Amino acid sequence: MAEPLTPSAFEPRGPRPPPWRAPRLRLWSVRNARLLEAVYAAFEGVLGAAAPLLARIGFERLERPVAFVERKVKGALFDCRMCGDCALSTTGLSCPMNCPKALRNGPCGGVRADGNCEVYPEMPCVWVKAYEGSLAMKSGARIAEILPPADHRLKGGSSWLKRAREKLAGAAP
Amino acid sequence: MSEPLPQPHPHDIGPDPGAPLVDLPGHSSRGRLERVLRRGEFAVTAELNPPDSANPDDVYERAKIFEGWVDGINATDGSGAHCHMSSVAICALLTRVGYSPVLQISCRDYNRIAIQGNVLGAAALEVGNILCLTGDGVQCGDHPEAKPVFDLDSTSLLGVIRRMRDEGKFLSGRKITTPPRVFLGAAENPFAPPYDFRPLRLAKKVAAGAQFVQTQYCFDLPRLRSFMTRCRDMGLTERCFILVGVGPLASAKTARWMRANVAGVHIPDEVIARLEGAKDQKAEGKRICVEMIQQLHEERGVAGVHVMAYRQEQYVSEIVAESGVLKGRAPWRRDFVPKMQAVESFTP
Repeated sequence: MAEPLTPSAFEPRGPRPPPWRAPRLRLWSVRNARLLEAVYAAFEGVLGAAAPLLARIGFERLERPVAFVERKVKGALFDCRMCGDCALSTTGLSCPMNCPKALRNGPCGGVRADGNCEVYPEMPCVWVKAYEGSLAMKSGARIAEILPPADHRLKGGSSWLKRAREKLAGAAP
Repeated sequence: MSEPLPQPHPHDIGPDPGAPLVDLPGHSSRGRLERVLRRGEFAVTAELNPPDSANPDDVYERAKIFEGWVDGINATDGSGAHCHMSSVAICALLTRVGYSPVLQISCRDYNRIAIQGNVLGAAALEVGNILCLTGDGVQCGDHPEAKPVFDLDSTSLLGVIRRMRDEGKFLSGRKITTPPRVFLGAAENPFAPPYDFRPLRLAKKVAAGAQFVQTQYCFDLPRLRSFMTRCRDMGLTERCFILVGVGPLASAKTARWMRANVAGVHIPDEVIARLEGAKDQKAEGKRICVEMIQQLHEERGVAGVHVMAYRQEQYVSEIVAESGVLKGRAPWRRDFVPKMQAVESFTP
């Protein structure tokens, strides 16, 4: 992570991502938002189909192993912070929890002229990238959706299982 | 014979300065700012630099220089992440006298529990306007070691307060017996990337509950115009009042410093060159501000200006007068209040 202007006790939610200078897969993910969107759409279909089976095994029992895999996969691709309430589909596949202000509804007013973060001058603004990603995505217009305040109880949990639970509840009459 | 002094609109005067004004249909607050904007008048608001003291007179002194020239006074909430007197307290002091303050709430410092409590308290103290902000990061302030909160963001904060007002419910769903009567505002910075996303972001804020908007300093008119064009196309200017931020630059050196050190401030090179070329840079800074206000007055969809004259507050009245945008209109002043006649029979 880029060094902040002044050192501070601040830590964004979730574990710290690898050093900023390392190659960032998260920027690749935004560039390939269209492809990843299609991949996720297919995966979501599988989740929906598997939901009854997952329910039979027990969501609580699956929570830890699934969250572990999700953390590894999304951590690599998006520097996911495991907020447990994934918003990537509406934020151009740029994880908003990497914003030092954890903004989930758009950029702050402090974005630098070069498109970098106010707090971490070397980091491209998460929301500048989100807008780029949304332009590439088929469902990019979803960036206009207003997200409710994050539920901090979900932190660390699997949003895949959350989605599966929602699908199951939606399918039930 | 001299011309009679302009009088404020009758709706803007209460029976006595500290008393609430009469309710108007279709208004969400009893504040003067909303009245001025809804009447279609060009509004002027100013920013009060909060004192680093516990003395109420410091607040009144700072508010007094705006009296009769502005329709709302913003009390900043730890701006630049520096610690000052709280916005709620300043607003409460100002309403006692009859001023129309704008409470600023920054998500940096409070979680949803504290914010909702503050909103109820402020509304109980007759604060009629609330500006919902994300806030600067703690890194730029005098307490970089502080823990930033950012429990909500400015957009979700708007939604939370709107729900309190319109549905009479906390975020949790628990009922509020007397909902807060407030006029909701948001901030926008058309001068920061991603430029194309900015109007959309404003649309999100308007959808979440923003009724007025105060922007960051405008020194770049072409960029503001393209932003305004998008806003008009999206119908935003009909759904919210856009007040554009302006302010005098003290010198070319200050302008350079602001550009480099204050997050989100964009000052084009031409402005700095113009300041540098002037004999009296301070006067030129005021001149640039006056011209900007006049040009903004001509811009369709701009409902007013928000004057941020940090450490130059004494020039605000001069700048507003010179720009002529009030067109003879008189914002509220204490001495306009009809004096109550002493009832002699009641004195013992």
